[in-house]
Amino acid sequence: MSNAVQTLDGDISIDGVAEADQYLTFIMADEEYGVDILRVQEIRGWDSATPIPNTPAYIRGVINLRGVIVPLVDLRERFGIATIDYGPTTVVIVLRVEGAEKERIMGIVVDAVSDVYNVKEGEMKPAPDFGSVGSIDFVRGLVTIDEKMIITLEIDQMLSDQEIGVAVGEE
Amino acid sequence: MSVDMSQFYQTFFEESVEGLDEMENCLLNLDVGQADPETVNTIFRAAHSIKGGSATFGFAEVAKFTHVMETLLDEMRSGERLVTQEAVDLLLKSVDILRAMLTATQEGQAIEMDPVTRLQSQLEALLGADASLEVKGNGSSNTSANQNKIWDIHFKPHEHLLRTGNDPARIIKELKALGELEIQVDISALPHFKDIEPSASYFSWDFQLTDAGEGKASKEAIEEIFNWVEDDCDLQIIAQENSNVDSVQANTETPTSPKSMPVETRSSEAQASSKGNPEPKTSVKTPVGKKASADSGSIRVSIDKVDALINMVGELVITQSMLGQFGETFEMDQIEKLRDGLVQLERNTRELQENVMRIRMLPISFAFQRFPRVVRDLSQQLGKQVELQLAGEQTELDKTVMEKIGDPLVHLVRNSVDHGIELPEIRKAAGKPEKGHVKLDAYHQGGNVIIEIVDDGAGINKDKVLEKAKERGLVNENDKLSDEQIFDLVFHPGFSTADVVSDVSGRGVGMDVVKRNIRELGGSILVKSEPEKGSTFTIKLPLTLAILDGQLVTVGGETYIIPLVSIIESLQVKKDQVSAIAGTAELYKLRNEYIPVVRLYDLFHCQPISENLEDGLLVVVEGDGQHIGLYVDDLQGQQQVVIKSLETNYRSVEGVSGATILGDGTVALILDITDLIKLSRTIQPGQALDRGMSHSNNQTSNASLVEQNQATNAAA
Repeated sequence: MSNAVQTLDGDISIDGVAEADQYLTFIMADEEYGVDILRVQEIRGWDSATPIPNTPAYIRGVINLRGVIVPLVDLRERFGIATIDYGPTTVVIVLRVEGAEKERIMGIVVDAVSDVYNVKEGEMKPAPDFGSVGSIDFVRGLVTIDEKMIITLEIDQMLSDQEIGVAVGEE
Repeated sequence: MSVDMSQFYQTFFEESVEGLDEMENCLLNLDVGQADPETVNTIFRAAHSIKGGSATFGFAEVAKFTHVMETLLDEMRSGERLVTQEAVDLLLKSVDILRAMLTATQEGQAIEMDPVTRLQSQLEALLGADASLEVKGNGSSNTSANQNKIWDIHFKPHEHLLRTGNDPARIIKELKALGELEIQVDISALPHFKDIEPSASYFSWDFQLTDAGEGKASKEAIEEIFNWVEDDCDLQIIAQENSNVDSVQANTETPTSPKSMPVETRSSEAQASSKGNPEPKTSVKTPVGKKASADSGSIRVSIDKVDALINMVGELVITQSMLGQFGETFEMDQIEKLRDGLVQLERNTRELQENVMRIRMLPISFAFQRFPRVVRDLSQQLGKQVELQLAGEQTELDKTVMEKIGDPLVHLVRNSVDHGIELPEIRKAAGKPEKGHVKLDAYHQGGNVIIEIVDDGAGINKDKVLEKAKERGLVNENDKLSDEQIFDLVFHPGFSTADVVSDVSGRGVGMDVVKRNIRELGGSILVKSEPEKGSTFTIKLPLTLAILDGQLVTVGGETYIIPLVSIIESLQVKKDQVSAIAGTAELYKLRNEYIPVVRLYDLFHCQPISENLEDGLLVVVEGDGQHIGLYVDDLQGQQQVVIKSLETNYRSVEGVSGATILGDGTVALILDITDLIKLSRTIQPGQALDRGMSHSNNQTSNASLVEQNQATNAAA
């Protein structure tokens, strides 16, 4: 991560007001996903979580984040990717999610964190239309960096009230 | 430059409410006839701050109304007016109206103007009636000094004069009564007809008053006449003969009525004169555009409490630095000192926690102070003589609890006055003093606050309650109920023993709500009653909603917390006392009661250590008047837990009221028993059938099962 921080500093001093967004990327099932770095509150190693009964399987449970109860979403489960055992690289990325009514703090459980990239405006390509294939709504766009495709995520959409079953009647 | 005033609204409303409460209290303490000047002063000051505040924030209706109140109070204060019962009643009503106006304003709703206008005219009528008396009295007394004088009076009413309920015609008439009057009217300010505002005053007058030799036309007498309008006009009174100009610039600011304040009293008089111009008489839209967040929940904390906190934090810092030093140069022989330090740290932390909690505590007098009024009004209305005693007003209670206990308390007190206390004749006949007593008492008991409402009335008629209950089929004909159970029936929805349904109480709506509200707060209510001696309602409330005494239980490797208040007992299951109805619903025979067994792992869909009832424990809990036996793997210790909301970052979860953080930093869920009972009704009990009691064939070692659990949990 120290690498990433350096990159960040460098950009600010050199480009000044470069029209670039920064994305924190993470690995899941060999794909690289990115989230807006300004929404990332912290990254922590996977510890245990307290399961909440009668909630969807992707709600991994809740953890104590310095006195605040924070729910965790297993992103593999959420995306319908086969789950694997959590290992030493498994991390929780704690995100600030802006919901319809209020801001929430939520964590996503992913395989491993990867890097921080600058993505200039225009480098992002919209996600192709997959038709009725689900769980694609929350893809913000696709970026190619070093020949790799990075899928950037719209986390407000991905962790919206409806998606995590907050709205009445959703489970 | 515009300052966003809305940020101060909340403070203004809070202060106003406090002021109103104070006014009400003082008014109730005011002895008719011989009022304590200090009390009147307090009332006046409260009214004055509300007026000032509302004018500043642009709540013109409130300011205008308070101004009239203030005028009345000012006269009482200066001793010009006696404190009459009529005035006190009117003022009390005004407090109610003001409260309603403020609430409406706070919520951004339109103020209901009709009652306001009505009361305002009443107040003005009271003011006006005495005013003319005073004028007469004073006018005739001050005589000889300024005889045979000619007075030049310039009188230019401000445009809004008519709207304050004053009438120049009256003034002219009164002037005329003092002597010969020459009048010149200046109509130059009169606008074109189409621009005329019927309720505005455009004229100004020049009077020449010649004393008719009766010595009536003294300066004082003239000033008296203009006394009521001097804030609303330009006035000059000049004595012509002795040529020294005795002018009165009436338009100076008096502390009681800042001229910046738009005084737009719309009295009946003014309305009469403004016929033909139908003014919107109904609700006036308040200037608060957006809905003020109803209660953003600030709290006033006494300096003492804050100082205590600062002290404690200071000590904590000292302890911390002491321990820090140990950490740097620790040797084994210092272990005793280290232990001492840790003990001190624990004590400091606990004290700090207690004191932080105390910040949320307010004396219960905040909830009690409305009762003198309630009882006074109610006893007047019912023709009863009731004396209210308050005790333990300094007992402190969590602010949230206090806010929620107010309405149930009002209900219970009304109930005591209405149903409990008898009419004076009946009391006399029964050999009791004519005046009934209702006592409100509050005190701490353990970790709870007890509030008692005691009356010395007729008591609850057990037979009548039982009869009614049977009539309604709540109780079977042959049931034998204990006194306690009978009294508990009054909390049943729709239950009332009142023969006559009054608008006070007797519809049977409310007592069930009272009980529900108290339960929601984690409290309980108990009734005791003796015929002819009276009844006692005892409410037991937790000190705070932020901390809860919990019993830690484990199910499927997870720790849950059951609120201690809902636990009746915990027991080991004896196989022969369990029976399954139709092979599904399991019942446990506990003494004389059959209680349904609810397996927590079924509700929460997790894997228990053992499904055999005998291996685990049954926690008998009560929720919503029902008992169930909650089957759990094991009991852990009891501890106080700090309640955290799941909703902050997630949502509410069925069967769970919140979460807490345990000593090891992990999260444990707090069970909501009432919710669990509901939940247990919705799940299919069929799955409980096979594995129920019959056997325990999966007797693998517990340890391996736990591992299995964790594996399932991790994978699930």
